[in-house]
Amino acid sequence: MDLKEKLVSSFLAFENNVDVDNPVHDIRTAAIKNFEAKGFPSKKEEAWKYTSLNSLQKIDFSIFPKMESNLEFKDVKKYFLNEIDTYKIVFVDGVYSSFLSETTHEGVDVCLMSSALNKPTYKAVIDVYFNKIACKDDSLTSLNTAFSKEGAYIYIPKNKIPKKPIEIIHFATGSEAAALLQPRNLIIAEENAELQIIERHQSLTTNEVLTNAVTEIYAAKNAIVDYYKIQNDAHSSSLIDNTYIDQKDASHVKVHTFSFGGKLTRNNLNFYQNGERIESTMKGVTIIEGKQLVDHHTLVHHIEPNCESHQDYKGIYDENATGVFNGKIIVEKLAQKTNAFQQNNNILVSDKASINTKPQLEIFADDVKCSHGCTIGQLDKDALFYLQSRGIPKKEARALLMYAFANNVLESVRIPELKTRINKIIANKLGVNLGFDL
Amino acid sequence: MLKINNLHARVEDKEILKGINLTVNAGEVHAIMGPNGSGKSTLASVIAGKEDFEVTEGEVILDKENLEDVSPEDRAHKGVFLSFQYPVEIPGVSVTNFMKTAINESRKAKGLEDMPAKDMLKLIREKSELLEIDRKFLSRSLNEGFSGGEKKRNEIFQMAMLEPKLAILDETDSGLDIDALRVVANGVNKLKTKDNAVIVITHYQRLLEYIVPDFIHVLHDGKIVKSGTKELALELEEKGYDWLKNEAVVK
Repeated sequence: MDLKEKLVSSFLAFENNVDVDNPVHDIRTAAIKNFEAKGFPSKKEEAWKYTSLNSLQKIDFSIFPKMESNLEFKDVKKYFLNEIDTYKIVFVDGVYSSFLSETTHEGVDVCLMSSALNKPTYKAVIDVYFNKIACKDDSLTSLNTAFSKEGAYIYIPKNKIPKKPIEIIHFATGSEAAALLQPRNLIIAEENAELQIIERHQSLTTNEVLTNAVTEIYAAKNAIVDYYKIQNDAHSSSLIDNTYIDQKDASHVKVHTFSFGGKLTRNNLNFYQNGERIESTMKGVTIIEGKQLVDHHTLVHHIEPNCESHQDYKGIYDENATGVFNGKIIVEKLAQKTNAFQQNNNILVSDKASINTKPQLEIFADDVKCSHGCTIGQLDKDALFYLQSRGIPKKEARALLMYAFANNVLESVRIPELKTRINKIIANKLGVNLGFDL
Repeated sequence: MLKINNLHARVEDKEILKGINLTVNAGEVHAIMGPNGSGKSTLASVIAGKEDFEVTEGEVILDKENLEDVSPEDRAHKGVFLSFQYPVEIPGVSVTNFMKTAINESRKAKGLEDMPAKDMLKLIREKSELLEIDRKFLSRSLNEGFSGGEKKRNEIFQMAMLEPKLAILDETDSGLDIDALRVVANGVNKLKTKDNAVIVITHYQRLLEYIVPDFIHVLHDGKIVKSGTKELALELEEKGYDWLKNEAVVK
């Protein structure tokens, strides 16, 4: 049985464990139908031209993995941002771990999707927001919607700011030879609300993991959302991240994506600007090697006037690694005075590494500023010589240059401890100790 | 200290150095002058070990050791320093952190422990005062957004920190106004001892009024066509390089 068939037939088993009378279940039912009709995307589709899911579909994934209950905090401590206090929503093999988490209901809700979907208190919010901005047509999003049951639920009411950043961490323990995880997150920042989120997927073994995540983010008027995705997973883990962001007037949403590891990583990052004076920011640093693949597909839909979007993605590819960047910007006729900026710079460290980069601009308004640029190059030999001539060995010199290349993205991380952590991950990845925190 | 014998070097198929002979002893200051394209910067890069250049003949000897196959970083550890004409910008790495890394890598190569933070700070303070460098400057990203003068001053600051045996200053005077030139030259002069040596590469005589050389060599078409004492610089200033080119052809 191929993976699609297995998923479709598993839906019946899934239904035995959820409340089928909940209106949410109608959404799930519609979604599984869409997935059944469409199946997994193939390379024939333009959006999946460079990224094949074929080999993943041959793996016999367990759809409802067993949870490993023996996980202790000391085993996973290093994946948390221990230097500062945070709220934590932690899942182990797709199941919420109250033991590793720290949730809250004090003024803000930082808790679980399963509670939000089942408890009457949250019904009004779920009715308004659940599966509204997520693309109902997209097969992988539908697949996630069909099995949506657990994930992070964050609701920040008007004028509220949570006391600390929120960490969402998904651990895979390898309790199954191959596990499929489908977290579903819903994040709502009401008017003037502000929050910071750090998200991480971490496999603890070399067993195969495929995560197909969907996150919906709603930023109301003047809300500020800062979202950091850390993708530094094992070489046996794949991630398809589908993030949908709905922004209202003068809201500001920034998403940073740090892709340092994983077998196949596909980021579908979609911004919809439903208001004026909105700012949307997407930044990314990708550093991969081996046979890894990281594919960034961004979409910014400028619908109303006087909005801005900024995209800045840096990629460093070594050995046989492959990168994809596809940045789509749509500017509707009504969206005059749009300012859309897109930049994608890449360094190919090895002859066998490759990057496919493509801006895709569809502009229907006439008074807009849209710029895009992409570069593909190698490490600057003169710069390398400069550093070496100061006594810095080649390996360290290369690391410094790569770091410098990615620097303006790293600079914009607004949680200093997170920035330090990311710098350490980079130094570790590049195998250097420069005697200072980069 | 430095002995260059019949050095030939090329980049790709182009031969640039065509038989250089040069001896520099400890305590000496040598100036290398010459028109654009004569090979001055190539000579500096070859001494510092830049891999783009292929040495096809001859040798560079530092303290009796042939530097062939010695990497640029190891040459630095042995005391070679090159002040660049166009220093590279490294965003996100402060001048201070960069110097810490450079110094500790050199110490590591010599089997020494990292320099204690306190000593490092003291050294930085001492050397930055020598070059009249503001403390704020030290926390800026290396060379990023620096003016031409700041870049050159920073090069000499690095030289002061690393205390090389042999310093090569490649067009350190270009892009400097007269005040910056004085500060830079003053720094170089203060760092000069009887145990180290300096090679000043310049197009103009101006810098040599401040850093007075013991010897001047004129490079033309990959060869040293004339050597002399500091008076040669004045003669060049007056007559230009053409008479030497002609002389070289006649020879």
